[in-house]
Amino acid sequence: MTAFWCLAPVMVAAALGILFVRKAVHAAMLLAVVMISLAVLYAALDAPFLFAVQIIVYTGAILMLFLFVLMLVGVDASDSVVETIPGQRVMAAILGLLLGAVLVVGISQVTFGAVIGLDDANEGGNVPQLANLLFSKYVFAFETTSALLITAAIGAMVLAHRERLTPKETQADAANRRMQEYADTGRHPGPLPAPGVFARHNAVDTPALLPDGTTSEASISRVLAARGTVRSAPALADDIDVVQRQLGHHDDRGYEPDADVPTTDEQEGSK
Amino acid sequence: MRTEPYIVLSAILFTIGCVGVLVRRNAIVVFMCVELMLNASNLALVTFAKANGNLEGQIAAFFVMVVAAAEVVVGLAIIMTIFRTRRSASVDDASLLKY
Repeated sequence: MTAFWCLAPVMVAAALGILFVRKAVHAAMLLAVVMISLAVLYAALDAPFLFAVQIIVYTGAILMLFLFVLMLVGVDASDSVVETIPGQRVMAAILGLLLGAVLVVGISQVTFGAVIGLDDANEGGNVPQLANLLFSKYVFAFETTSALLITAAIGAMVLAHRERLTPKETQADAANRRMQEYADTGRHPGPLPAPGVFARHNAVDTPALLPDGTTSEASISRVLAARGTVRSAPALADDIDVVQRQLGHHDDRGYEPDADVPTTDEQEGSK
Repeated sequence: MRTEPYIVLSAILFTIGCVGVLVRRNAIVVFMCVELMLNASNLALVTFAKANGNLEGQIAAFFVMVVAAAEVVVGLAIIMTIFRTRRSASVDDASLLKY
């Protein structure tokens, strides 16, 4: 029961967090917390197979699928705070409290009896015993799930499929389009310039410098520019003074052989 | 081991998932809450498997997981399709049948 009492508050807190966080990615993370805690509870409940399946299928596959879709839809797509039906939140909260109360009261009315435990049922291993049941008593249901999975896979493919409405642009078309753009607007037909590569900074948020010392707008992503996280090259030049001051006394001794560092011979001798 | 705390935890998680489906407007988060409800029921099934001393509950939980996986695949594909046509993943925007 130790695992339960440690994990139950975490799970309830994380599940409540799903209700209140604004961003969908945070909700997915909190759901991952709940699911991994559930996996640990399964292990505590003598279900090692479901423990593995819970981690592999739920946390590994399903949550990753959620995150992929979130990335496709746009991570910053936050929930709207506008209530379409007036008083819906309050009504939902009351309904939830009622449902919780009914469930808890109902459960507390029931006597569950002594726990038999799975020591007999797991004789010879949990997985072989599950397989025995799955391939004898539940074999038809098991086979039906294959039809379900095939249907789901084909359904997802059909739904995600997009008919191509315009002919695919070939390399020759792209070259022609670029030259046409160059003739019309003067846009450079070659690839965009790479971000700046400086001595201390070469990340994508550093714009490249043009020959006249100004920065090239085309060398940084529009997203970074919109977020305002682009570093300026002159600011990096200011940095040089700070760094030199920090390293100042090291520079003075730069060319002197340092007495504290043992030479190779001494190191060999000490061994 | 006692059964009641597990079942009560399962009920609480189910209730939270239920409220989440009612409250949240983002279709993906609504879907996550559905997953939370399925997980809560799984916890109850696995607990009862241990309490009753046979593996039928674990088999049922296994089937719930299979169905949940299939459901997530199709559901997320539907959300993607709606997002592609309406540029929104909010459940309020998919109200074409109303008009």
